[in-house]
Amino acid sequence: MSESETPLLDELEEGPWPSFVSEMKRAAERKESAQDLMRQLERSYNDRIGHWKHGGIVGVRGYGGGVIGRYSNLSDEFPAVAEFHTFRVNQPSGWFYTTQKLRELCDVWDKHGSGLTNMHGATGDIILLGAPTAELQPCFDDLAEIGFDLGGSGSDMRTPSCCVGPGRCEYACIDTLDLLYSITMEYQDELHRPMFPYKSKIKISGCPNDCVASVPRSDISIIGTWRDKIRVDPDAVAEYATNGIDVQAEVVDLCPTSCMSWDPGTTTLAIKDAECNRCMHCINLMSKALRPGVEQGATILVGGKAPIVQGALLSWVIVPFMKMEPPYTEFKELLEKIWDWWDEHGKMRERLGELINRLGMRAFLKAVDLPPAPQMIKMPRANPYYFWDPEEVRRDGD
Amino acid sequence: MATRTDFGPPYFREMLPPVVEKNYGQWKYHERLKPGLLKHVAESGDELYTVRVGSARLVSTDWIRDVCQIADQFCDGYLRFTSRHNLEFLVSDKDRVEPLIQHLKANGYAVGGTGHTITNPVHTQGWIHCHTPATDASGVVKAVMDELFEYFVDWKLPAYCRVALACCLNMCGAVHCSDVAILGIHRLVPVIDHDQVRAKCEIPNVIAACPTGAIRPDPKNKTVKINEVRCMYCGNCYTMCPGMPLADPQGDGVSIWVGGKISSARTPPKFSRLVIPFLPNNPPRWPEVTDAVKNIVETWAKHARKHERMGEWIDRVGWERFFDLTGIPFSVQLIDDFTLAPETYRSTPTFKW
Repeated sequence: MSESETPLLDELEEGPWPSFVSEMKRAAERKESAQDLMRQLERSYNDRIGHWKHGGIVGVRGYGGGVIGRYSNLSDEFPAVAEFHTFRVNQPSGWFYTTQKLRELCDVWDKHGSGLTNMHGATGDIILLGAPTAELQPCFDDLAEIGFDLGGSGSDMRTPSCCVGPGRCEYACIDTLDLLYSITMEYQDELHRPMFPYKSKIKISGCPNDCVASVPRSDISIIGTWRDKIRVDPDAVAEYATNGIDVQAEVVDLCPTSCMSWDPGTTTLAIKDAECNRCMHCINLMSKALRPGVEQGATILVGGKAPIVQGALLSWVIVPFMKMEPPYTEFKELLEKIWDWWDEHGKMRERLGELINRLGMRAFLKAVDLPPAPQMIKMPRANPYYFWDPEEVRRDGD
Repeated sequence: MATRTDFGPPYFREMLPPVVEKNYGQWKYHERLKPGLLKHVAESGDELYTVRVGSARLVSTDWIRDVCQIADQFCDGYLRFTSRHNLEFLVSDKDRVEPLIQHLKANGYAVGGTGHTITNPVHTQGWIHCHTPATDASGVVKAVMDELFEYFVDWKLPAYCRVALACCLNMCGAVHCSDVAILGIHRLVPVIDHDQVRAKCEIPNVIAACPTGAIRPDPKNKTVKINEVRCMYCGNCYTMCPGMPLADPQGDGVSIWVGGKISSARTPPKFSRLVIPFLPNNPPRWPEVTDAVKNIVETWAKHARKHERMGEWIDRVGWERFFDLTGIPFSVQLIDDFTLAPETYRSTPTFKW
């Protein structure tokens, strides 16, 4: 073959950023499906349109989700991708791996699929990209053999994910890795068998930096925080000040609550902790000098989602502070109440945040038995259109 | 033999390098030594060096085996990935850090993405493997990151900058809160295939799928009608019904959104805002998109103060100044007309020329 079949894609092998085209070519040396995938993509680059058919339901025994059906609409031309389904494989907490485990995974995927993967997909799963229908069950059987289970898809609890947490981060106020594992194991049925009105996402970040973007993209966001004082090492503060950080300009002046002051003469940083909102800015800048307090737990927020259907939402605070210690009973009880309410009232394809919008935060808080608190809102309402429960207001003589 | 089910992912504690297992939850502080290199120090005094490498997200098993070999050689057989498709080599022996970095660079790996950088763009499948895309994902990201590579490997920015791409409005990934979001959009209404609608679709679900109420039943013909002036091409009906395809080579392209953030540092999380309603799909290198993203990033980098994220800078100088400084033309699509639109209108005569 003298002339390339994929001249447009070939251009994306140039340049310093890692090339997905080179990856496809490597897989294509061994796998016909990867070859046809490249040819079909080249066609898309020419036609400026995708060439995958709408959906398609496939699966493996005992599971309602975890495998996404995908069929080419050019199967005559590209027969090796006529059926090219995706596995979502549940990642270990924090995406830590031994090389031995990863090689086992590669062996299974080289045996059954295209040799192409995403490390990782947006849900956090390992994505195994492209296997024909006949290979799905054998592939899953081999995955099970090496200890990899499927993740979620469809109207189920989607594969939860979390930040690196106590594995490597001094900011972690909760054990994100363990909490994730505990939730994942407790709710295997909800993860593997779609039974909800729509998807339900749980993401766990160890601090308000929110490295897994739980607020924009999860129905239930768990974010580590603390209730007491920022721990200060005065010597380390002074060290930062002499080693290039302008504490006044970069730390104090950027504090959103103005709860800090800096005396350059004595190199003293004073913090009014009661006024601190724990945004992490000062700690991010001077991690050796400042640390989260020791009375740690989590803030629980709900309702975050991307635009489909009624528009994007950021999660809202519903529990300002909750202790987070194994076996996480308080959280799980709340989660189950939330799911029950949503399952009962949610319309098909209505996410939790949309349901709260439709029925009102008041109805939600009552259903899950949470007390109202000023920490839940940015500001009180400015309209007089509010409700009372009948038992709160009685007529004379009632 | 029946395959077991519901056994869950590999137990993470069996995946942790010994230095992590030993110092689990006992990390004290970290330093950013240079782009792509972090040093974490534990209460015990143990040190852990992290070397971060960008990946293409779409990777072959050959690549995974390659990085496993490197991890065997330098990291005793352990590695991890990040939430943004980066790979991290975890090194407990300081003397192996520089040789590892040299080895990685010599073999063409992109070392960087920590601190004030543009780290790996979160992105979706695009034309490679999605059934509702309005653009490709990997190709656009590759073209953009080739252009912005210096900002991945060097510290040249006032703060970090999160670039993300979603190939349609479903937004698999948190693109709607990114410093710069690249979003595939359609611009033409679905072309209804009535036979498909009759054969494969639950009509009430198709109607309910429309956020603007543009779809009505057509009971006589057992199909649906579209009120074309109300359709804003989200593709949600197509998700519910294969008889409503809307992808089109001329209609499809890319929009650009800016100023979102996820962390709560200094200011709360916020959505990205639309600044360019449409750019054409121009593969393989999407020059209009790469120019637009580069212009926005470099205008921000030139004018923002240290630690000021894109959205914080825009909040300080004002949107009118953003359009002035970037030279991006202001178009009517940027003015919201969805459910919460009035919150975005200005009610004061205090603004800048």
